[in-house]
Amino acid sequence: MRGKEAGIYRIVDSPIDLGELVESVSGQGIGGIATFLGSVRIENEGKKVLAVEYQAYAPMAEKLLWKIGQEARQGHGDLRISMVHRVGRLEIGEISVGIAAGSPHRREALSAVAYAIERVKESVPIWKREYYADGSAWLGPASPPPPGSAQKKGKPGGLPPE
Amino acid sequence: MKVRVLLFARLKELAGVGSLEVELPEGATLADVWRAVQSTAAGLGAFRHPPLMVRDLEYAPPDTPLSGGEEVAFLPPVSGG
Repeated sequence: MRGKEAGIYRIVDSPIDLGELVESVSGQGIGGIATFLGSVRIENEGKKVLAVEYQAYAPMAEKLLWKIGQEARQGHGDLRISMVHRVGRLEIGEISVGIAAGSPHRREALSAVAYAIERVKESVPIWKREYYADGSAWLGPASPPPPGSAQKKGKPGGLPPE
Repeated sequence: MKVRVLLFARLKELAGVGSLEVELPEGATLADVWRAVQSTAAGLGAFRHPPLMVRDLEYAPPDTPLSGGEEVAFLPPVSGG
């Protein structure tokens, strides 16, 4: 890929291709490529997780992924970044989110990836539902709000795993 | 005026529907749409906090006025990543 802004910003319903992400931020002027992959963990807050399901408001989510990419590139015009989040049912160990950033120097690439994943978790309209042996729950905010305004996490219940 | 309303995740399940059309008087705001949606979907009473509000793919405050034809969405707290 060529051009200053050739990033990938996508919600997908099939496995994430890390090679494609890396390729999209590679180039002759790139000296460092950093990546982040989020994977489905078997345990959350002491509960055993059997599988998860992600749902997204896809058109808005892709727009916000692009916006976060532009934020990460502020002041670093030669930084390249791509972000993909998967939706649908995922098994333990599968990759839910992938981010790659390439830059002439490593420091910018590493910090762009760290910045992007935090912004994705706090602002992009994507929701995770965990399935347990005894039910399921939509997860609440990634970071707990201040006391007094606390939003309760979803209670177990709902559809069993497929 | 009419607006299309989308609900996601827990809100969608509580309402039993992910998409609906709401008829409102001129000058209605996002907060008015939320009240209208709550009155048509009793299950949303279990969601006790104001949701995140979206107008045409952008987060917007509850007092945002609408002119009709917009796509409105109400979102529970996000949990991607």
